[in-house]
Amino acid sequence: MDRVTPVAGDEARDPGLQPERTRLAWRRTTLACTVAAVLAARQGLHEGLSGAGLPAAGLSLLVWLAFLGVAHRRIRELGPARPRPLGLGAAAAAAACTVALAAFGVGVVL
Amino acid sequence: MSEFGRSLRGLRLWFAPQRIREEGETPDYRFSLANERTFLAWLRTGLALVGGGFAVDQFLPDLRAGVRVGVALALLAAGALCALRAVNHWVRCERAMRRGEDLPVSRFPALLGLAVGLVAVAMVLAVVFGWTG
Repeated sequence: MDRVTPVAGDEARDPGLQPERTRLAWRRTTLACTVAAVLAARQGLHEGLSGAGLPAAGLSLLVWLAFLGVAHRRIRELGPARPRPLGLGAAAAAAACTVALAAFGVGVVL
Repeated sequence: MSEFGRSLRGLRLWFAPQRIREEGETPDYRFSLANERTFLAWLRTGLALVGGGFAVDQFLPDLRAGVRVGVALALLAAGALCALRAVNHWVRCERAMRRGEDLPVSRFPALLGLAVGLVAVAMVLAVVFGWTG
């Protein structure tokens, strides 16, 4: 899926495989986000399915999907041999997912 | 300038991303990607702290309620702070590279290390003195 064949005219690939390593970093981060979102959903369900439990679990699922979307877009951008630098919007969105999970946690714990 | 002042200046860039592109010249893309990976590593640190906050609340039911909530809240707050600071530091590094300046230094890693150490000591004390139930 993210194996993009180099377009004709692309320069030789970086021997340091920087785009590849950055893609893997996004994958690791997606994995970390998955773990945090699963724990958040579990916390929501722990409070009971009635009342706030179900919407809370749905909210953490939404946050997880949002992060997945950001990561997927960036991984696709990293296909060419000379990718553009990360945009501020993507960076802020990825951080916002973490903050949202934390805020959600504060709401549930208290 | 104090670290807080520099952070505030970096914060202004959040809302004017095009200003970063206007400054200086575009660095080698490999440096930008390295900066991006550092940003992601900090984001993972933040996510791990948030996950730890949830874990403390869910998997330590024997801990006294006050201690449990306190530690969970501390970890959640540290995680959110870590994520916000990750974006800020990434922006400042990107700008420094464009201007050809030295990369910004920060005392945040040391402070975070101390905070995590304090949480660990608190947990040890909780076990030793039996602040459970």
